[in-house]
Amino acid sequence: MKIFKLALLALLAVASPAFADDFADAVRGLNADGYSDKIAAAEALATLGDGRAALVLDALADGRLYAAPDGALLIEQAGAFTDAVTRAAASGAEATAITVNNRLRGVARGAAGRLALFSPDPSLRKRAAEAVLAQPNPESAETIRTALAREADAEVRQVMTLALATLDLAAAEPERRKAAIVALKGSSNPQVRGQLQRLLEIEAEPQVKAAAEKALADINVRLTLVDMGANIFQGLSLGSVLLLAAIGLAVTFGVMGVINMAHGEMIMLGSYTAFVVQEGFRAFLPPDYIGLYLPVAVPVAFVVTFAIGVVLERTVIRFLYGRPLETMLATWGISLMLQQAVRSIFGASNREVANPAWMTGGIDLAGGFTLTYNRVVIIGFCLAVLGALAALLRWSSFGLHMRAVTQNRPMAAAMGIPTDRIDAATFGLGSGIAGMAGVALSQIGNVSPNLGQTYIVDSFMVVVFGGVGSLWGTLVGALSLGLVNKVLEPYAGAMLGKILVLVVVILFIQKRPRGLFALKGRSVDS
Amino acid sequence: MSLSTRLLATHDRRLWLGLGALALLLLGVVPALNLAVPPDSALHVPNYVVTLLGKYLCYATLALAMDLVWGYCGVLSLGHGAFFALGGYAMGMFMMRSIGTRGVYGNADLPDFMVFLNWKELPWYWLGFDHFWFAALMALAVPGALALVFGWLAFRSRITGVYLSIITQAMTYALMLAFFRNEMGFGGNNGLTDFKDILGFPLSQPSTKLGLYLLSALVLGLAFLLVRFVVTSKLGRVMMAVRDAESRVRFLGYSPTAVKLFAFTLSAMLAGLAGALYVPQVGIINPGEFSPANSIEIAIWVAVGGRGTLVGAVLGAFAVNGAKTWLTGAAPELWLFLLGALFIAVTLGLPKGLLGLLRTNKHG
Repeated sequence: MKIFKLALLALLAVASPAFADDFADAVRGLNADGYSDKIAAAEALATLGDGRAALVLDALADGRLYAAPDGALLIEQAGAFTDAVTRAAASGAEATAITVNNRLRGVARGAAGRLALFSPDPSLRKRAAEAVLAQPNPESAETIRTALAREADAEVRQVMTLALATLDLAAAEPERRKAAIVALKGSSNPQVRGQLQRLLEIEAEPQVKAAAEKALADINVRLTLVDMGANIFQGLSLGSVLLLAAIGLAVTFGVMGVINMAHGEMIMLGSYTAFVVQEGFRAFLPPDYIGLYLPVAVPVAFVVTFAIGVVLERTVIRFLYGRPLETMLATWGISLMLQQAVRSIFGASNREVANPAWMTGGIDLAGGFTLTYNRVVIIGFCLAVLGALAALLRWSSFGLHMRAVTQNRPMAAAMGIPTDRIDAATFGLGSGIAGMAGVALSQIGNVSPNLGQTYIVDSFMVVVFGGVGSLWGTLVGALSLGLVNKVLEPYAGAMLGKILVLVVVILFIQKRPRGLFALKGRSVDS
Repeated sequence: MSLSTRLLATHDRRLWLGLGALALLLLGVVPALNLAVPPDSALHVPNYVVTLLGKYLCYATLALAMDLVWGYCGVLSLGHGAFFALGGYAMGMFMMRSIGTRGVYGNADLPDFMVFLNWKELPWYWLGFDHFWFAALMALAVPGALALVFGWLAFRSRITGVYLSIITQAMTYALMLAFFRNEMGFGGNNGLTDFKDILGFPLSQPSTKLGLYLLSALVLGLAFLLVRFVVTSKLGRVMMAVRDAESRVRFLGYSPTAVKLFAFTLSAMLAGLAGALYVPQVGIINPGEFSPANSIEIAIWVAVGGRGTLVGAVLGAFAVNGAKTWLTGAAPELWLFLLGALFIAVTLGLPKGLLGLLRTNKHG
């Protein structure tokens, strides 16, 4: 009798918005004597489509639902009791926990999941609909229909429609199956593809089968495009990271001919500067400003690493001009010392540098592919750095002097250009750019004393591949290495992809020992 | 000149006296102090010191190899650690195979890590490593072949100087990534370890360790004579000419490519030999040996001792590694500072290394 009444209530709920009383009644039903009654009550509660029910069902599944002596049900949360219907605080002194068995727990959990379809938060509703899409279950059909009727958000409506169509794929009538296939045709969701493939395996009706095959082909084409888009984005993102790491090296190696093995450590110092600035913001400024630490960290990191670069140039590197192999060893020594210094100050473990709020999240595109904001920001940042550097070299007097010293040192000196100072500033500039790169890289990777080591071989590859002394070559080199790496990855796996890229670069250097964009002219031979 | 006069011809007779004394010390005194002197005596050389010295001897052979190619031929290879590690892997594979049924899984056909990864049969490149002669041959042949191919590609296109250093570094880096993969069939991350014995001698026995130590000392001596023979030959003179003015040598009608290729390949084989002797003494070989940092460290041993001198390379290997052993025990956080400072001090202040320091003091 009780079950009948609840089922009636459920029907009413489908037809009209649930009344508070229905909800209260349904909740009370959970305190039934037998498990099968309780299960029926839980299912009925779920069908009401009331967002509050999710809390109650969750509590039931967790064993946190209590019955007070007066018949009211209470939810226990961290030792405090609230009334399940009115949400008012209550005393749980004499309440007894409602017993649950595994089956009831499963039903309650499933129902609570479906109830997320009615949550006030659209992203939760969407996720719940996607969950149904991933595992279509005939029981969900009613709930989805109720939810769809109330849904206002277009995006969520779309997912719900898809989910409903997926459920229809299992319908008995061929017409409904065909209609469902037509509805699904426009989707580019990998889940839908899976459902259609499963349908094809069991479908007997030739007409439906043909429709499904056609829909599947459409979806496959779209998904391949999306996959390619995702690969290209990932490749660009990796390329921009490589580019950031390599631009500074292109300056010191390309312009000055100095192999700076401590370049990676400059990146690492930039990341640690970002960490220090972040900690400073946390300690001294109100929490509202924390998102601003990143724009502040960029110039700070530039100044810090610029200064370190100038000091290194004046104390060590200037004595080694014209002895590239020795420079390489000496800068390696510097890199070891910088690593150990950072390890002694900040400890050997990873430091946490958080994404500011405006960099978290991303834009969801079709096919489960997300453009994350931090990657997008880094791509933009790296292009900005490259553009600023190119402008500096092209239009500023410092850039003019730098190019003059690169092309003909004695002549530049004779024209009154302070070559010593230009050398120091150039090395500082390369280091400073590495420092800014470090701030950007702290947003997407671990900040540890070994950070620089992970980038050093890659960034050398980029510079050598692109051609020493050419910013344009560095850009093309970085982006193409990034793209090749990511395009190979799905076929060869991450490690093997990287190995293949290294082998390709090593072979490429055989053909063009001076890189893609080799400098021509007299300065090359010196 | 006959062979003996050429080998013995030197401006400095004391060099040979010193080397003779060193050989006597390493081959005679150390084993005697280890075996004959009772353990409680102050003069006793404990077993761990013997193993440590054995390790240094392998490093010294590696440094000799590096000196041949860098000091005499001007090719700064930052990938010599790869040749060393490949030699080590060849010997490690032999010792893996000789574990037989004594592994954790007791599988005579497959090493433990392959059983663990559910492999059904031994990959083809493991075939033959049941035999010592084959493994020993491979410890020389694999690094040699790699150096031959890599060097041929690089020297032919006239890749010199820092470019060569960078691509050799990329080579060892790529090999490191490759050996980290489980699918490669070389034990992945963990490498090869848990060796039981070599040619029937249990590795845990002090006598085996002493034997390996003596063998390493002998190999170092022979390697020294071999490299000295090469660098004092006519070929050695061309090598040094290539180092000092490559273009000029080419214009004179020699082929710098062939000369460099010879030096590079011979050096790689010596490095492989050093690795093969090193692994039984430390009991493990893993992909970390391929890391670019290790290869750069070899360059600093040679630079500290004095490059282009051979004796300096041996001296540098002992000095730097001795300092490393002592300091990583006494004050671990200081070691990298010291190593870094060594790199800078040697390049800035001591271009001829310790040996150069000794010589200038003598003359000045």
